Amino acid sequence: MNAIKNLKPSTCNNLINYGMVLVFYIVVQILVNAGVLNNSMQGMLVPICTYVVLAVSLNLTVGILGELSLGHAGFMSVGAFSGAIFWMISGSQMSPVVGFTLAIMIGGIFAGIFGALIGIPVLRLRGDYLAIVTLAFGEIIKNLLNAIYVGWDSNGFHFSMKDVSALGLDESGEVIVNGAIGITGMPKASTFTAGTILVIITLFVILNLITSRAGRAIMSIRDNRIAAEATGINITKYKLMAFIISASFAGMAGVLYALNFSTLAAKKFDYNTSILVLVFVVLGGIGNIRGSIIAATVLYVLPELLRELQDYRMLIYAVVLIAMMIFNQSPQVLAWRSNFVSKISRSGIAARFIKQKRQSEEV
Amino acid sequence: MEFLSYLINGISLGSVYAIIALGYTMVYGIAKMLNFAHGDVIMVGSYLVFIGINQMGIPPLVAIIISMVACTLLGIIIERFAYKPLRGASSLAVLITAIGVSYLLQNLALLFWGSDPKSFTSVVTIPPLKLANGQLVISGETIVTIVTSTVIMIGLMLFVNRTKVGNAMLAVSEDKGAAQLMGINVNYTIALTFAIGSALAAVAGVLLCSAYPTLQPTTGAMPGIKAFTAAVFGGIGSIPGAMLGGVLLGIIEILSKAYISTQLADAIVFAVLIVVLLVRPTGLLGKKINEKV
Amino acid sequence: MALLEVMNVGIAFGGLQAVSQLDIKLEKGHLYGLIGPNGAGKTTVFNLLTGVYRPTEGDIILDEKNITGKSPAKINQAGIARTFQNIRLFGEMSVLDNVKIGLHNQIKYSAFTGIFRLPGFKEKEQEMDYKALKLLKIFDLDTVAQSPASSLPYGKQRKLEIARALATNPKLLLLDEPAAGMNPSESEELMNTIKFVQKEFDVAILLIEHDMNFVMGICEHIYVLEYGRIIAQGNGESIRNNPRVIAAYLGGD
Repeated sequence: MNAIKNLKPSTCNNLINYGMVLVFYIVVQILVNAGVLNNSMQGMLVPICTYVVLAVSLNLTVGILGELSLGHAGFMSVGAFSGAIFWMISGSQMSPVVGFTLAIMIGGIFAGIFGALIGIPVLRLRGDYLAIVTLAFGEIIKNLLNAIYVGWDSNGFHFSMKDVSALGLDESGEVIVNGAIGITGMPKASTFTAGTILVIITLFVILNLITSRAGRAIMSIRDNRIAAEATGINITKYKLMAFIISASFAGMAGVLYALNFSTLAAKKFDYNTSILVLVFVVLGGIGNIRGSIIAATVLYVLPELLRELQDYRMLIYAVVLIAMMIFNQSPQVLAWRSNFVSKISRSGIAARFIKQKRQSEEV
Repeated sequence: MEFLSYLINGISLGSVYAIIALGYTMVYGIAKMLNFAHGDVIMVGSYLVFIGINQMGIPPLVAIIISMVACTLLGIIIERFAYKPLRGASSLAVLITAIGVSYLLQNLALLFWGSDPKSFTSVVTIPPLKLANGQLVISGETIVTIVTSTVIMIGLMLFVNRTKVGNAMLAVSEDKGAAQLMGINVNYTIALTFAIGSALAAVAGVLLCSAYPTLQPTTGAMPGIKAFTAAVFGGIGSIPGAMLGGVLLGIIEILSKAYISTQLADAIVFAVLIVVLLVRPTGLLGKKINEKV
Repeated sequence: MALLEVMNVGIAFGGLQAVSQLDIKLEKGHLYGLIGPNGAGKTTVFNLLTGVYRPTEGDIILDEKNITGKSPAKINQAGIARTFQNIRLFGEMSVLDNVKIGLHNQIKYSAFTGIFRLPGFKEKEQEMDYKALKLLKIFDLDTVAQSPASSLPYGKQRKLEIARALATNPKLLLLDEPAAGMNPSESEELMNTIKFVQKEFDVAILLIEHDMNFVMGICEHIYVLEYGRIIAQGNGESIRNNPRVIAAYLGGD
C-alpha cells in the first residue's frame, strides 16, 4: 500500500541514528587498539555517552513535548546518587554486569519518581512555570544532597541532616554519603561499551516512542494544545509520560557518569550543567534527535581539544543560543528567509536544498 | 527580641526581592515573557557602582545614578536586540533567548572583571539604630533598604496609576492590539518597561551588595531566581503582588536560616514556590486569565 | 430523546453575560445552522458545548449523558468533535498524522507496545493508516498525506480539520465557519462534501457560517443568535422572512 511505502523514511532515519552510534563506537575501538587515543581522550568517552543520553532525553521534553525543563541536572543527580548508593552497598559485590545494570535501573527509577513528583503539580499549569519549577527543583536537590549524610550498617540505612556522628552507626557501619563531600572511594564501573549500550537503549525507546501512538499524542500537545484537547487527547497523561521518561533517562545518564569516577559530589550537577545540555539540544536543533547526538558529541569534545577556547566557551554558547533563536524563530527573520529562498529558488539548487533540509528536520 | 530582629532582617531582604520582583512582574505583564536576564542586570549594576566608588573614587550617590542610567540603557538594548525580534514567536524560543542573554551577561562580566569575588563596601553611612536598651540593633543598611523600597513602591504605584504613560503600560499589558488601536505606541511602552525594570535592578543591586558584600559574576543569578519566585508567589503580573511576595519570601528565607538550617534555606524558599503553584497557581494576588479560543 | 439537549445554558465573564438561556435540541444525523451578527456569541456557544468554557448555569445532555462541566477531551470522547474558526492544526506534523491523532481513541495500543514494537503495533498502525487515508480521500487530501499540515493552502487546512474531527467518530460535529475564505466554487464543493459526510457517517452537524447561501443551502434547521440569546429558529424560509432576524442583521431594533 502507498502509505506503508511512505512511512519508510522514518524507520530509515532511525536506522541511520543507530548506525551513526555504532560506527562511532567501532572507530573508537580501532583507535584505542591502535594506541592513537591518549588517556585524556579515552577519559572523555563515557562523558560523551552521558551527554548524548542527557541531550536526547532533554530533547524529548523540549523538542517533542514543547516544554522547557531547566532541572535536567537535578534528575541526573537523583539518578547518580541513588545508583551510586546501591553500587556502594551491594552492587559492587555482584557480578559487574548485573550490579551495574541494576544500578542504572535504580537510578532511572528514582529519577522517574522525582519526575512524577515534580510533573504532577506543574504540568497542569500553563506558561513558563515548568521552566522555573524545574530550575527550583534542581536547586532544592543540590541543597539537600549537599546537606545529607547517609550511612549503612547491619540495621540498614541511616540518614541525617547534621553530621556523620548523628548517623549512629554500629561497628559494621560505613558512611556512604558524607554531606557536601559526597561519596568517596567508589569502585569505577562505567565503560565506553556500557555507555554506548545506554545510548542505543535511549535512542531505541525515545525514537520508537516518537513514532508511535503515544508519541503523536505528545507532539500534538506541542503543536496545538487546544486542538489536542478537542481531539480527545488526555493532555496531563501524555505530558507526564514524556516528562517522566525524560527524567528517567537523565537519571540513568547520571549513574553512568557517577560510576565513571571514584568520587561523587552534588555540586557537579548544578544549573550550569542543565544549561549546557540545553545548549546541546538547541544547537542540534529543537526536536531533532540526531542533531542532539551530534551536537552533544562535538560540543563536548571541541572545547576539550581547543583548550585556549575554554575561557570563551560559555560566552560563545550564549551568543550562539541567542543568534540561533532569532534566526530560526523570529517572525520577521523567517519571512525574510522565505522571501530570499523564493527569489533564488528558480535556480533549482535552492529547491533541492530546501527539500533536503525538510527531510532532515523530520526526525 | 531575637525573633523581632530576624523578622526585620527578613523584611529588609524581602524588600530587595520585591524591587527585583517588580522588574520581573512588569515585564511579564507587558511582554508576557520571563526575562531570565533580569537578575544579571542587578550584577552589572553592582559592578558599575563598585568600580565607580572603589576604582574611580566617585561619590556613592553619583555612582549609583550612573549605574542606574547604564542599566536602563542595558535593559533597552537587550529588549531591542534580543527580545523584540522574537515578538510573536513561541514562548519556548523567547525563554531560551532570555537564558542566552543571562549567560552572555555573566560571561562578559567574567571576562571583564574576573571570577574572584570583590568585597563591596557598603554605601550606607547611617549608624545602626539601637532599640530596647541595645537588645535590638537595626543596621543602617536595613533602614536604608526598607525606606528606599517603600519609596520606590509608592512611586511606582503612583506612576502606573496616575500618569498617562503608566496607564498606557496597564493598557498594553491588558491587550496589546487594542492599546495600539487606541494610539498607544506599544514598542515604546515595552521598551520603557524594560528601562524602568532595569533601573530598579541597579538600585536593588546596590542594596543587596551593601547587605551581603561579595560581588561575583553570578551574584545576580540566585536573587534573580528568588525574586521571580516572589513574583509568582504574589501573582505574576501584579505590582502589589510582587511587593507582598517579595517581603514574605524574604521573611521565610531569614526565618528558615535562623530556625531550621542555613544550608536548606534556599531549598525551603523554592519548596514554597512549588506549594504555591500547587495550591494557588495564580499566586496570592493574581487573577485568572481566560484563554481565547 | 434528542441527541443533544442544551437546557437553559448561560455563561458570564465577570459582569458580562455572554450567552444566556440557551436552549438547543439537535436530532441524530441532521444538519443545523447557527447564525447571528458578529459578536452574538456563536463561537462561545461552541466553546460551551465542547467544554472549553464551563457554563455558569444550565445543563448539556448528550445522548442521555450529562456532559456539563466535563473537560474538552472527555466531551470529545463522549461524541462531540469540532473545528476552529482560526484553524488549529498540528502544524509540524504530517497531514496523515493529524488524522491519526483523531483516531487516537478509536484504535488503541499502549505506549509500552509502541516503544517495544510488541505484537499488535504493526496491525494497529496499518489499520490507522488505512482509516486515515480513507478519510483523507473524501476530502481530496490523500495525495498530500505526507506533507506537513502547515504547508497546505488555507482551504485544504479547513478540510483537514474536518477530516481530523471526523476521525474521532463523533455523534455531533461542530463546524466553525467551514467555508470562511473560500471562493464560491470551493464552498459549493465543500457543501457537497458536508452533505456526503452527514449521510456517510450518520453524524449530526451544527455549523456556524456567515455565508447565507451556504447555510440556507444545506441546513435543515437554523438557530439565530443575537446578544447571546436565541431570537429565532426554524427552516431557511421562515428565518429569511423573520422580521426579528432581519432587524438583527440590519442593526435596527
